Amino acid sequence: METVLLEGNEACARGALAAGCRFYAGYPITPSTEIMEFMSRELPKLGGMFIQMEDEMGSMGAVIGASLAGVKAMTATSGPGFSLMQEHIGFASMAEVPCVIALVMRGGPSTGLPTQPSQADVMQAAWGTHGDHPVIVLSASSAYETFDLTIKAFNLAERYRTPVIMMTDAIVAHTREAVTLPDADVEIEDRPQPTGTPEEFMAYADPGNGVPPMPPFGDGYRYHVTGLCHDVRGFPTTRSDEVDFLLRRLLSKITRDSDRLQWFDRWHENSETMVIAHGCVARAALRAVRQVRDKGLDVGLIKPKILWPFMSTTISNVLDNCRRVLVPEMNFGQISREVERVNQGRCEIVTLNKVDGTAITPPEIVQKLEEMQL
Amino acid sequence: MKHKEHLIRKYLRPSKKMPTIWCPGCGIGIFMQALIRAIDRSGYGKDDVVMVSGIGCSSRIPIYLDFNTLHTTHGRALTFATGIKLARPHLKVITIMGDGDAVAIGGNHLIHAAKRNIDVSAFVINNQVYGMTGGQCSPTTAHGTRTTSSPYGNLESAFDISRLVEAAGAAMVGRATVYHTPLLDRLIDMALHKKGFAMVEVIAQCVTYSGRWLGLTSPADMMLWQRDNCVRVERAQEMTEEELADKIVIGVLSDRERPTYSHEYRKLFAELSKV
Repeated sequence: METVLLEGNEACARGALAAGCRFYAGYPITPSTEIMEFMSRELPKLGGMFIQMEDEMGSMGAVIGASLAGVKAMTATSGPGFSLMQEHIGFASMAEVPCVIALVMRGGPSTGLPTQPSQADVMQAAWGTHGDHPVIVLSASSAYETFDLTIKAFNLAERYRTPVIMMTDAIVAHTREAVTLPDADVEIEDRPQPTGTPEEFMAYADPGNGVPPMPPFGDGYRYHVTGLCHDVRGFPTTRSDEVDFLLRRLLSKITRDSDRLQWFDRWHENSETMVIAHGCVARAALRAVRQVRDKGLDVGLIKPKILWPFMSTTISNVLDNCRRVLVPEMNFGQISREVERVNQGRCEIVTLNKVDGTAITPPEIVQKLEEMQL
Repeated sequence: MKHKEHLIRKYLRPSKKMPTIWCPGCGIGIFMQALIRAIDRSGYGKDDVVMVSGIGCSSRIPIYLDFNTLHTTHGRALTFATGIKLARPHLKVITIMGDGDAVAIGGNHLIHAAKRNIDVSAFVINNQVYGMTGGQCSPTTAHGTRTTSSPYGNLESAFDISRLVEAAGAAMVGRATVYHTPLLDRLIDMALHKKGFAMVEVIAQCVTYSGRWLGLTSPADMMLWQRDNCVRVERAQEMTEEELADKIVIGVLSDRERPTYSHEYRKLFAELSKV
């Protein structure tokens, strides 16, 4: 076990390399740039490929190209760059190309607050690109978690053949803290490969679990990849039965596993009052929960590490066992509305929203929790 | 004819139902034939060729051909091609784009691929119009031309794609028309074998839209227009600027040796391995 001092961005890059990422294409943007700088330094040493592209559309294009050629690939960005990537995130969803996008959130909208944190891109991460589509979004609250979840992000991208958004924020990305790296090789998943001959290969047929095998370009399985709605061979189609089959398979390959996709940390989960917080806000929330418990209040914390698909089962169980919930967020209420959707009127849902570019502090959460007990 | 049938069976996807989406008289099919002939001459195996296209009429070519094919987003084929070539350098990466695709929405990717000298053979099919969306003005539509989005005549002047890509640093630039097929064959051969970014601009007719606006209503008229308005680069060198004003210069416009991005990267990799 090696303990090193890492900021979140370095931890993300290290996690990516540990997961087998050997291709990075990106465009500089605060507060994500250290991921790119780390990759530009380390990838050539490992025989991996690095390229600084002309913009974020180009970065995502190159990432998808590399992944189609069989190499695990990623990019990193923040708000404005993430907006530009949406076109190709949709392409990766539609064509089922595994890739990881590290999204380090800063204040928005538009150029917003380049150097300051927010959590305002939670909805964009799920719905930023047009059309109904699958996506997986993870959220880390510390450097270690960023390392750990980035590995998970690559594994999920490979398992489900989908883009995975690895989400942090300016605070997690730039906070330098001790990270204990695992000794042994981490568990790595690879995209499914075809077992039959190229002649019988159907690039987009459902093998049963919704995830078709994906041979790399150049291995003899010549097939067609497109962003158009396509039939099981990959060719464009407008036939309603084929379109319906495709879009339902794309969504259900992930939603059918949603009970498995529930990662969270919990403290005192059977308390009367629960806090639900992710990312940097979860750090403040944990301290606040400890402080109010010292004062005798019955408060617990749930820290989701996966935001999309939303962990409805877990949150529903929490709501069954408490009376009130506080959802502090650095936006106008993006997760809180999801909690309300699952809640269906069972508990009182209280929000705490901060959008001024500064972190939500433990005293602010403590104050809110004390108000809630009155 | 027998040879032609053989190429059809060898390279066209049997599982893809014909006919193609192209209008009768379209120039894209002539280019596709020339490309198939050139790939057959090149010796590249079908597994080793990756064909990447953008969005538009010409970008439908890869659907019909039996290679590793990738139909991407509007303007961004070269970014996908960049990723593929860097990740798997032994693959022969070919991109096919239209004029609106490559020069308007994808202009930045085009000049950067040329500047980096990515080892890709790029074909830009220039029909001076947005055909698929119904005949709007494109970056290569001539000044004054009426289109469905410039009903009073185009206020802008046309981009010279070849000069743009040459200035950006491409290793090879050539221009031909689908009328000048022997030249087209030769340029495609050159582009396929060139190390680095090789771009061939292919002037092709869109009978349905640009032909209608130009008053040329038959494919033959449009190809005769290509014949009459083009000048070989060798002859152009002896002509004045005034004489060349309305002419399209065709031939090998630029051919030079420049290190590719992959070459520079491999050098870096070798240096780092020594440490």
